[in-house]
Amino acid sequence: MAVTVLIPAPLRRFTNEQASVQVEAGTVSEALAKLDAQFPGIRDRICEPDGRLRRFVSVFVNGRDVRSLEGLDTPLREGDEVGIIPAMAGGR
Amino acid sequence: MVKLYDRLFQDIKRSIREVDVNALYQELRSGRRPVIVDVREREEWEQGYVPGALFIPRGYLEMQIEDKVPDKDTPVYVYCAGGVRSAFAAKTLEEMGYRNVYSVAGGFSAWKHAGYPFVTPRQWTREQLQRYSRHFLIPEVGEEGQAKLLDSRVLLIGAGGLGSPAGLYLAAAGVGTIGIVDADVVDLSNLQRQVLHTTDRVGRPKTESAREALTALNPDVKVITHDVWLTSQSIMDVLADYDVIVNGADNFPTRYLVNDAAVLLGKPVVDGSIFRFDGQVTVYKPGEGPCYRCLYPEPPPAELAPSCDQAGVLGVLPGVIGMLQAVEAIKLLLSIGEPLVGRVLLYDALTATFRELHVQRDPECAACSPSSTLTPENIGEIDYQQSCLLPTRSVAD
Repeated sequence: MAVTVLIPAPLRRFTNEQASVQVEAGTVSEALAKLDAQFPGIRDRICEPDGRLRRFVSVFVNGRDVRSLEGLDTPLREGDEVGIIPAMAGGR
Repeated sequence: MVKLYDRLFQDIKRSIREVDVNALYQELRSGRRPVIVDVREREEWEQGYVPGALFIPRGYLEMQIEDKVPDKDTPVYVYCAGGVRSAFAAKTLEEMGYRNVYSVAGGFSAWKHAGYPFVTPRQWTREQLQRYSRHFLIPEVGEEGQAKLLDSRVLLIGAGGLGSPAGLYLAAAGVGTIGIVDADVVDLSNLQRQVLHTTDRVGRPKTESAREALTALNPDVKVITHDVWLTSQSIMDVLADYDVIVNGADNFPTRYLVNDAAVLLGKPVVDGSIFRFDGQVTVYKPGEGPCYRCLYPEPPPAELAPSCDQAGVLGVLPGVIGMLQAVEAIKLLLSIGEPLVGRVLLYDALTATFRELHVQRDPECAACSPSSTLTPENIGEIDYQQSCLLPTRSVAD
């Protein structure tokens, strides 16, 4: 399944500044693993060593928080958009 | 000689339907919320009107009625001072296709005489009538909404990139009281985006500079300056007097602190944040949608969350996001539309796209769930600069 992963600005240093990356994956966790295979180190910024999502990052599939779906096991379909949205604090 | 007018009036009176003030009062009391149109002139309206009445002077009736009363089957009660102008107005409405029109016999003077309740509207100055004229024309705002805005109190956290455009537009809109929390002074590097401040005010406190800008734009606005860094000891007192908080803080401790106090006080927070070309906007409304901690239970480590000082920001980006915050604040104050509760709007300036994320309350949220340990009494004991985590419930609890 070809899906698009949206890379937030603070993590684009891992992806040669690309704002989105295409990967083949059937679940969210597979998409993150594929992403990490292409851009080593990026997964650690999103997940804890035990695999859970880190608490300052939210992951969305087509605009829906995966916590309200099936978490990292949420299945993906062709063309789905996986958004990685970290907390941002800039205001000034 | 019978004047043409007398004959015309008698003819019209015969062709329309009239009700007396008692019937109108019963209709109002019934809870059916009838449409009542006051066709008098402004000076008369200002002396008082029937509760809930729409103000459409006779001269504007044909132009405005269809916007305000689109359904031609709605019962419409028309009144004036004594029942003459309303009879002519009723005739006009029937000619326009309104099928259930009633002229109120005796008009407002009979209403007042009967001892029925009336509302005295806010007295607008000539200047205010001009200043807010475009708002008065929008049914969702109107005079009532404008009066609400003037009676409203909004607190800006930060007079910086987000607070500048938000503050300017809220002041222009006539939000009557604007509080500003900021302990910084204006720096030359701020002026690329912080449009509240000016080159000749570099070095002066931002709150003072903001006051000058906002009151110059609209002297109706009372600006309250909070020239302090927010702490967990002071926050409850600062937030307590405001209706809506517009958060444009530039650091995580302040964002968690504002969130927690707003949850305790039940105040809505219009949140905005920016990074280079990306912006986020959402509304945290206690009881109705998630809070900041539902989305982000804890802040990221510093290396993953560089501030604008370190990472830079496109100067115009906070303009876009701060103005969206101003829009949301006004919607909350007027209770109109669908506020961004439970939704996060993402703006990507480079691709010129908006995305909408749907977010839900966390049933185990440390701040807003029933299992929260946070109280108005203990918030002051938390050092947010040290850690934004809330104390966990001990086993003994």
